[in-house]
Amino acid sequence: MQGDWQPTCSLAMLRLRAQMLQQIREFFAERQVLEVETPLLGQAIGTDPQLQFFSTQYGLPSHEQRLFLQTSPEFAMKRLLAAGSGSIYQICKAFRNGEAGRFHNPEFTLLEWYRLDFDLQQLMDEVEALLQLLLQAMPLTACQRISYQAVFYQHTGLDALVFSLDAYRDFAIAKGLPEAVDICGENHAIWLDFLFSHCVQPMFTGNTLTMVFAYPACQSSLARTNVDNTLVTERVELFINGVELGNGYHELTDAVEQNRRFDAELTQRQQWQLPVAEKDQRLLAALQSGLPNCSGIAIGIDRLLMLLSASPAIDEVLSFPVHRA
Amino acid sequence: MAVYSTNEFKSGLKIMLDNDPCAIIDNEFVKPGKGQAFNRVKIRNLKTGRVIERTFKSGESLEGADVIDMDMQYLYNDGEFRHFMVQDTFEQYQADSKTVGDAAQWLKDQDPCIVTLWNDSPLAVTPANFVELAIIETDPGVRGDTSGGGGKPAKLETGAVVRVPLFVQQGEVIKVDTRTGEYISRVKE
Repeated sequence: MQGDWQPTCSLAMLRLRAQMLQQIREFFAERQVLEVETPLLGQAIGTDPQLQFFSTQYGLPSHEQRLFLQTSPEFAMKRLLAAGSGSIYQICKAFRNGEAGRFHNPEFTLLEWYRLDFDLQQLMDEVEALLQLLLQAMPLTACQRISYQAVFYQHTGLDALVFSLDAYRDFAIAKGLPEAVDICGENHAIWLDFLFSHCVQPMFTGNTLTMVFAYPACQSSLARTNVDNTLVTERVELFINGVELGNGYHELTDAVEQNRRFDAELTQRQQWQLPVAEKDQRLLAALQSGLPNCSGIAIGIDRLLMLLSASPAIDEVLSFPVHRA
Repeated sequence: MAVYSTNEFKSGLKIMLDNDPCAIIDNEFVKPGKGQAFNRVKIRNLKTGRVIERTFKSGESLEGADVIDMDMQYLYNDGEFRHFMVQDTFEQYQADSKTVGDAAQWLKDQDPCIVTLWNDSPLAVTPANFVELAIIETDPGVRGDTSGGGGKPAKLETGAVVRVPLFVQQGEVIKVDTRTGEYISRVKE
């Protein structure tokens, strides 16, 4: 415990972080995107069965209830959009229970923003401009955009959109990853997570920003389905040097479809015996009242700092990671 | 035996994998922002010494392995087995040459070492980091050389061959680092 009171990052890192936050604020001020704040503590929570939340008990007499630390500010920000806020951004903490490792701390800093009338390509243009600016000292050598199907095929020879257990299994075994067969079973989405994180993501090297778009429909999350090809969704993920940096969507605005996905996720949570999540009725009401056409994305600030400073572990960019918090 | 979940995997933990005792070397949490969490784990098989990588679904668990490192004294070689003793209890263990492995070349009677026990049977032997052994064979050094540049091979009493400076002579006792097999110094009698 003796040296435990001290931060795990250097003092120079505190300044680097402050500088990055300032650059982000200048970037969005110039583009007339409004900075907002939304609650970290909410009455509802994302239902995604892959995101575990923290909950706590609200103690105000006669108002006692369970509140949740937000896994992302997405729902609250969409309610602002539906209320007519125009394009907005937020820099805030997000909380994900049980996530700790070289690239994970259960409490981390997100930059999340939404652009009215942007499609995914326009959003990628803006991401590129922002990351060129923030990573100037690195610097980024190139930016590429590639579809999930194309990049998956390039590194595995497999079709990500059409699940073939035989082909996926043969590939995993040939790659020396036979454990994938037991772990993934017949679940297409878990197979994709496994093969992508083991065989595709590590190939994104050389200080290049890779934006992978058109995710398979089984990994749609909160993205809208592509109108021309229902096998893919309007989702984009960002990678630099094997690190996942962010996740964006051309946002789903259909309340009925959103409700259907919530219910599917709640069923999945039940099957996996995960803690019960509270569906966000206020988000659904906001979607019903009308979410403007928009695209949005969230980027992990801590990981950006790791890349900028070539830090091998997230602890080196945080003042007090969870084990010292 | 206790059962350990992936989030308890840390360097040095001994677990059973594919019926072999293994030690965790490194454990990396791999999780797509929206997707299944995995643990990519680097593991040493304590029987074969081989290092492998294996992925687990986060939250999966493995049985612990009853593996402990014991300080012992090396006693003697009976031709088939080498014998070791726990000095506090005088309890003795024997290990075949496959178990002793490369450690054999550093083991001198009465010297301390570490014997790794799995279910109370020797699994591996680790010599002390530094041993002092006599040179039984080496070419005569070039006169006047005291720098140690270059060097020459020298065979030690336990059978190991190490490079020593030219000025070191047959019959002398030298100190060697067993982890690297490197000569450290002469030992004054």
